[in-house]
Amino acid sequence: MAKVLVVTSGKGGVGKTTSTAALGAGLAQMGEKVVVVDFDVGLRNLDLVMGAERRVVFDLINVVQGVAKLSQALIRDKRLENLWLLPASQTRDKDALTDEGVGRIIADLRTKFDWILCDSPAGIERGATLAMRYADEAVIVTNPEVSSVRDSDRIIGMLDSKTVKAERGERVEKHVLITRYDSARAARGEMLSIEDILEILATPLLGIIPESQDVLRASNVGSPVTLNNAASAPARAYVDAVRRLMGETVTMMVPVERKGLMNRLLGRRAA
Amino acid sequence: MMNLLRLIGGRTASAPVARERLQILLAHERGLRGQPELLGLLRAEILAVVSRHVVLDPEKVIVRMERGKHVSTLEVDIEVPTASKDRSRRLPHDC
Repeated sequence: MAKVLVVTSGKGGVGKTTSTAALGAGLAQMGEKVVVVDFDVGLRNLDLVMGAERRVVFDLINVVQGVAKLSQALIRDKRLENLWLLPASQTRDKDALTDEGVGRIIADLRTKFDWILCDSPAGIERGATLAMRYADEAVIVTNPEVSSVRDSDRIIGMLDSKTVKAERGERVEKHVLITRYDSARAARGEMLSIEDILEILATPLLGIIPESQDVLRASNVGSPVTLNNAASAPARAYVDAVRRLMGETVTMMVPVERKGLMNRLLGRRAA
Repeated sequence: MMNLLRLIGGRTASAPVARERLQILLAHERGLRGQPELLGLLRAEILAVVSRHVVLDPEKVIVRMERGKHVSTLEVDIEVPTASKDRSRRLPHDC
């Protein structure tokens, strides 16, 4: 049975696109057939993070409007043969995305893939509500920071009321993914702790992605962080999160950077 | 101990403050969910009632809600034009 998973947050810049790419690639590496769908119409970026920006011909809106077939718009990843991308449009006409049109595409994708990952735009407007509309599961990306936690709470409320599942009286399975976490700062009481966030949001934890330079390095070269440097701390954290999505029980821990000897001696971060 | 930490760290832990502020705010916001336009609705109805008796500038009606841990207050600030100005702008049914 195909699963539709929305990666959402309310707040912008918390790591939705990075997480969609990393989780999508991670699931594909486990042998699942995966499509990552960019819902950020007008501001598409998933293609860039996936390194497929030069291969986009047709997009989500073209398929909704019947200009292109789904098979024409899907872009197969060059590194993983069971990973696909459905890009968003760069045109600014957000109204081109209709509830009915999105429903049709999601139903079609369900017949072709094991996982459909929807990368939500920021905000709580139409784009974000359509991205979550047909979801079975949701990953709420949250930074350990007050405004991000507040927006996550708002999004959780929407997942419980505005999705097709919620309207049917069912529940969207929700998971919190904490990104940009800095254990040392949390230990010093300078950053909300994992316990604080989970207690406030009352939603189970999918994973803790540590703040890391590897994330920027991966997006610079257009590769999901799980593929770019599998040994890095964020990659290992994303792989743990993927295994939890697949139903495995994995002990929750924050992976740490493996520093080189010189860096350790000089006490500086890996550059 | 806290003083010692403060001496070493040079500042106090801010995370507990963040946590408390969020808890108070979200408790309130969750209560408002489902009636998202409460303030707008109150403003429109208060405006309708008051303007039945006094001529008002709708721009000068401010409805504000302050949230506290135990008590929340609703503040309604209506600026009523002075009598001289008021006479010339009275509505027909008020005369």
